[in-house]
Amino acid sequence: MEFVVFWVPAVLAVGCGALVFRFDSMARATFSLLASLLCTGGLVVLLGLDYLGVVVVLMMTLEMSVMAVFMVMYMMNPAGLTPMTMTHNTRAAAVVCGLLFALLAAGILSAPWPDRRGRPPDDPTLDLGMSLMGPQMLTMMTLAMALFATIVATVVLATRRGRYDRLGDGLRARRADDPVPGGVGR
Amino acid sequence: MSAEPFLLLAAALFCVGLFGALTQQSIVMLMMGLELMLGGVILAAATVWRHFAPATADGQVLIIVAVTAMALEMAVGFAVVTALFRSRETDMTDMAAELKE
Repeated sequence: MEFVVFWVPAVLAVGCGALVFRFDSMARATFSLLASLLCTGGLVVLLGLDYLGVVVVLMMTLEMSVMAVFMVMYMMNPAGLTPMTMTHNTRAAAVVCGLLFALLAAGILSAPWPDRRGRPPDDPTLDLGMSLMGPQMLTMMTLAMALFATIVATVVLATRRGRYDRLGDGLRARRADDPVPGGVGR
Repeated sequence: MSAEPFLLLAAALFCVGLFGALTQQSIVMLMMGLELMLGGVILAAATVWRHFAPATADGQVLIIVAVTAMALEMAVGFAVVTALFRSRETDMTDMAAELKE
């Protein structure tokens, strides 16, 4: 049973992950990545972290749906009807990744791993919550600031019109040149 | 079940993702590689929490950090692609090499 519960999602995760870069169709690539990440989330649940596993599953489902839309918007050949190679430096990358995997596997198999210290709490989610609101609060606040900075950065990057478009090169225009004027007193 | 199979799987996911990130020309596909790499990191953190240090929540906090990094990477990546597409009509890394020249 343990064999099936671990190895089926494990093989699916790596297999679907590899297929992402083999598919011509962008929708297939996106959903292959989703399958891979769902298996990863399932394995996190298997490791006893129910809450985080479900968070990974839900977040990835939403993220990949958004990604599919962007893929179709931006890719030159989203449906894969005219197959074309969109890769570079494949051989060198394969060598680098093979070597890295060999190195990591050698380390994993030969490292003298320590014995388990303590035992898992009855409710790991409670433990996580208490940790984030206690000793790890700085981590949480840093993440919050990073998320806020990302909101600002993405809006600035993605918007078509900047302040120079609105107020002129010297930013001296008295009235902003907006396609749809609005706001209080403008 | 011991920690080694989980860690080997995490390493495999990381390396497959790295292969994608190194080989793909399209920025969106490159981001998919990064997502897979972070998936490997999440699995490794969960394994370390479960098998070596379950008494503290540090492993779980590391997963939260990795999941947040995934979300930020996606958001900023798509914003950069949007900005690049607006100014250069391209979504490929090789066509956005102005800084190199």
